[in-house]
Amino acid sequence: MMKTTCLICDGLLQFQKDTILNEIILCDDCGTELEVISIDPPKVAEAPMEEEDWGQ
Amino acid sequence: MRIGFLHSIIRKDEKLILHEFAKRKKVELTLLDDRKMIFDTSNTFHKLDAVIERSINHSRALYAISFFESQGIKCFNSANVANICGNKLLTSVALENNNVPQPQVKLAFTAKSALDAIESMGYPVVLKPIVGSWGRLLAKINDRNAAEAILEHKTILGSYHHSIFYIQKYIEIKGQDIRSFVVGDECIAAIYRKSDHWITNTSRGGIASNCPLSRQISELSLRAAKAVGGGILAIDLFETEDGMLVNEVNYTMEFKNSIDVTGVNIPAKIVSFVLENIYQDD
Repeated sequence: MMKTTCLICDGLLQFQKDTILNEIILCDDCGTELEVISIDPPKVAEAPMEEEDWGQ
Repeated sequence: MRIGFLHSIIRKDEKLILHEFAKRKKVELTLLDDRKMIFDTSNTFHKLDAVIERSINHSRALYAISFFESQGIKCFNSANVANICGNKLLTSVALENNNVPQPQVKLAFTAKSALDAIESMGYPVVLKPIVGSWGRLLAKINDRNAAEAILEHKTILGSYHHSIFYIQKYIEIKGQDIRSFVVGDECIAAIYRKSDHWITNTSRGGIASNCPLSRQISELSLRAAKAVGGGILAIDLFETEDGMLVNEVNYTMEFKNSIDVTGVNIPAKIVSFVLENIYQDD
């Protein structure tokens, strides 16, 4: 399983088998929302901040 | 079939739809990240038979599907539906034109006229941004002092569209409202959204539970869906002593909290609808 670390707390992040590009995942350690920006090699970025026209 | 999947971040809702598409035969899915796309009038997407829109931003969704439709590509939902549902006034007008019951609504453009409108409706009222969701920037106004303060703040601190005052009569819902799900000609499921707060959105902590589909819920939901142009829609309903009212209609429905409680495979219904209607005329 692909592994990387949280940008905020350096906690271990483990991608699941079905993790996909642009998916939002949560860091188990600090709760930060992260966006998967690469599967192989595994990379995450901080998820974008909520914008004024988001959601339904 | 070649289907474009318009998205930005992939939430659980999008992932469930993608999984469902992956199960279907003869479907070639192209992921279209709205953050990376460049739209050019000479740029063609003729290789796509349809686009399913799952952008998290209303503005990006609306412009992107307008562009795709200009190239003759069928979009789910259509740009017309997105335009109406993404704008609370246009939704109210569509509901009114189709005799769909809704809370009383007034619109005003200045703090003075908005205050006059509020006073004529009586307190409490809810001031809503004309575009927005997840209960963001909603203000329940209980008296004149609050009205004056909020209108002044919006006028001075807000960008221009916050001075388009959409005022809705506050409806006492006793801690819960209903969200129903319409796919095509069928109301497929509904949930209660319960909250101690007057804002019941599940994104704001509202708790979802199954709402058995009554004939009244199904019929009103289908009428509301038809009023805005139909498609894949989530309808927010208020139960009142005088009957049921339609509060809002959502065109990029969020359903991840509603599958387990209703037992309805909502993403499967969405995908089947898209595949069955790609070549249907609107």
